[in-house]
Amino acid sequence: MDATALLESTGALLPHLMVLLTGLVILTMDLFLTPRNRYLNELVGLAGLLLALILTLSSLGTPRQVFMGMAVSDHLSAFFNVTFLLIAALTILLSASYVRRENVSAGEYYTLILFATTGFMFVAAAADLVMVFLAIETLSIATYILAGLLRDEPRSQEAAFKYFMLGALSSAFFLYGIATVYGVLGNTSLGHLAQALGQGGMSPLLLMGMALLIVGLGFKVAVVPFHMWAPDVYDGAPTAVTAFMTAGPKAAAFAAFLRVFFQGFATPDLVQQWTPVFAILAALTMILGNFVALAQQSLKRMLAYSSIAHAGYAFVALVAHNSLGASSLLYYMVAYTLMSLGAFTMLMVVARREEQPYAFDDYAGLGTTHPLLAALMALFMFALAGFPPTAGFAGKFYVFSAAVQAGHYGLAVIGVLTSVLSVVYYARVIMIMYMREPERHQPALQLAPTTMAVLGITALGILYMGIFPGGVMQLAEQSVALLFQTKM
Amino acid sequence: MIPIPYYLTVSALLFVIGAIGVLMRRNALIMLMSLELMLNAVNLSFVAYARLHNDIGGHVFVFLSITVAAAEAAVGLAILLTIYRARETVDVDNLHLLQR
Repeated sequence: MDATALLESTGALLPHLMVLLTGLVILTMDLFLTPRNRYLNELVGLAGLLLALILTLSSLGTPRQVFMGMAVSDHLSAFFNVTFLLIAALTILLSASYVRRENVSAGEYYTLILFATTGFMFVAAAADLVMVFLAIETLSIATYILAGLLRDEPRSQEAAFKYFMLGALSSAFFLYGIATVYGVLGNTSLGHLAQALGQGGMSPLLLMGMALLIVGLGFKVAVVPFHMWAPDVYDGAPTAVTAFMTAGPKAAAFAAFLRVFFQGFATPDLVQQWTPVFAILAALTMILGNFVALAQQSLKRMLAYSSIAHAGYAFVALVAHNSLGASSLLYYMVAYTLMSLGAFTMLMVVARREEQPYAFDDYAGLGTTHPLLAALMALFMFALAGFPPTAGFAGKFYVFSAAVQAGHYGLAVIGVLTSVLSVVYYARVIMIMYMREPERHQPALQLAPTTMAVLGITALGILYMGIFPGGVMQLAEQSVALLFQTKM
Repeated sequence: MIPIPYYLTVSALLFVIGAIGVLMRRNALIMLMSLELMLNAVNLSFVAYARLHNDIGGHVFVFLSITVAAAEAAVGLAILLTIYRARETVDVDNLHLLQR
């Protein structure tokens, strides 16, 4: 690899490096900040993300492999980059008032958010199994620390420990899967994998490797039966971090699924092997996620189970394994990001302090005391339940039509039925907000401008994607076109 | 020379022992050690496969994975330390605040 190739490769990954650099700048800069100019943390973070966005959009071009086939820069990675940058920017905005309220050391917090984002972006750009592993580890290690951010809070400690233990366990499975695939094929490059598999050569060992990869990635997405960590971790982690975790690592793990299973293990024989497994996982996830969410007494835990259920819907898109499925997955990830971040931001606004449980009763009478907030919360709940004209409806519509197109009628039926079931627990929040009187006089809620910005962006985004789904969907279709060209 | 399958068998056994350790033991420190055992079992099979294919790539991956394991252990121990400071124990049976 000569100097020009090195420069060219670095150029293709400039957006990733920009985010990493921003994290390092904040880490250093925070040492010199006084409480009065602490807002610079957020400012620098957002500026860095904006620069990374510009770099991503300007580097769009012909797909190319860089760093000797370890990473790739194409439309798919660009789409995911924009999604991840959006997640990071919204997280920084929604955390701005949170870190002050909970007295978190802001410098480290934003640095870890940006490091995790770097990890997400590298997952989407990975062209080699080892690269996928390293990127997933980068994002996981950052999120383990984020989950335990409130060091003196026993619930946060416990969440961090559980997340760490099961996350590390899943990493070990994933790594063993890579080793096994490497043992069979003598190579870990995803492009080479597809080629070698095209010439036949399916062995039990290879299937075992594939199964281990499914287990490893399944843990990260939290599909049933690899979901047991998710409710506890989402419940115990600081709410701002939970919002980030339900959006970011999940989307990154789906990016890894697309790269590994749509690009690597994409020969028809192998697809036949993994589709039934994915179908069972998707069905279990949708059913269990929704049923258990029904029984929850805490809103935060209810949203945690709802997040599991939504992973199940997105998984249906993977099972379909067609162009519509892949593009609907991308659409769903953007839609879910907006819905989830919006809902968790509302949670932070209404539950004034971290120690309190997130009871449904907090919302009693919100419709009369804070009509605008109640309307926004109702919008998020409707979107999560999948009502038109919201992004949640369009996303589910695309996903289920992809399943029908691929002939998975059963899955589509389960998806629709569980969506209907989910209306019960989402509507409960709306009912409590509008039908019940406020229990006692409560002080008016105060919103920081940054929090209002998050609520505005997510609400408008949900409505825009719901009313005009074509725009984002078209971009998604262009992004996945490559996956189905190279396969043949 | 010892044939390659022997190494792979040892690696698989170590991996299983590690997995059982993580799932069955109640002491968080032992769980952490079992985790390291699992990762190192994978390293062993990477090296064995690299010899089998006569490919240098597998050896390089081991270095990457050792680095990752070290970073992971550091974070894991830090989390454990916060728990020990608050509860004076690392028995995971005491971690039940979140199960309701």
